Amino acid sequence: MGCIELMDYKILLSNISFKEGREYIRRNFREVYEVEPGYKLFDVYLIGVPPIQIAIEDESVIFPYVKPCRGTFVLKMEGKEEIELLRRSK
Amino acid sequence: MKKATNKKDALLLLGCPELPVQTSIALYLANRLTNAGMEVFIAGTDAALELLKVSDPDGHYVDVEKIIKLDKCIESLAEKRMDFYLCSVFVHNDAGIAYLATVHGISKAKLFAIIFGSDADSISEQIEFKCGKLVAKAVHNPLPLKRKIDATMKEVKRWAVSN
Repeated sequence: MGCIELMDYKILLSNISFKEGREYIRRNFREVYEVEPGYKLFDVYLIGVPPIQIAIEDESVIFPYVKPCRGTFVLKMEGKEEIELLRRSK
Repeated sequence: MKKATNKKDALLLLGCPELPVQTSIALYLANRLTNAGMEVFIAGTDAALELLKVSDPDGHYVDVEKIIKLDKCIESLAEKRMDFYLCSVFVHNDAGIAYLATVHGISKAKLFAIIFGSDADSISEQIEFKCGKLVAKAVHNPLPLKRKIDATMKEVKRWAVSN
């Protein structure tokens, strides 16, 4: 997978289905954005069934990260630039 | 990596290689598509691609220059630097559905889901967008999936000839 795994991230959920990840993000965060598959976040192009939900909390983004053999993870990473881009795209 | 450019380019996008049928069906489909006049590219995880290379050491079925790492393939499709006429995505788990939906969103290719594994029917029902589906409860024995491919190849040959 991409270099995202070399970055500083926190795993909020692991080995879940993509839909479970989407529901978790939708239910647990106030500021949520919808993006299409292939949206570039950090250095990766997001994989998923649309709508892909990305949340913002303080200075972090919360997003689904899919691995072919290990299912979906929900990751939390600091990302001021990514937050700006998400807010601007609304 | 050779760049896919023409209307006869086909992509096989492999999933997690934990189910034995995937590698044999990928090689079989690559061979059938090549014989039908298509240029076949294959993308997958490192392990899925190594399985292919070890199974086909002399590159009879898959040209090494047309093997693409999964992340690189998604990146090239998302950035519109590459696209295909036909794309078959191998799906046997939830992540496979996510990859299929992603290719549906970022590529203009005629899309086929090759759905296999013990939960093939349930996985097929979860795919809510329009695409071709070849569904077989194949895990160890590739023949049920091979039969589905053989039945579909007539249509693929027609595309290849008419373009």
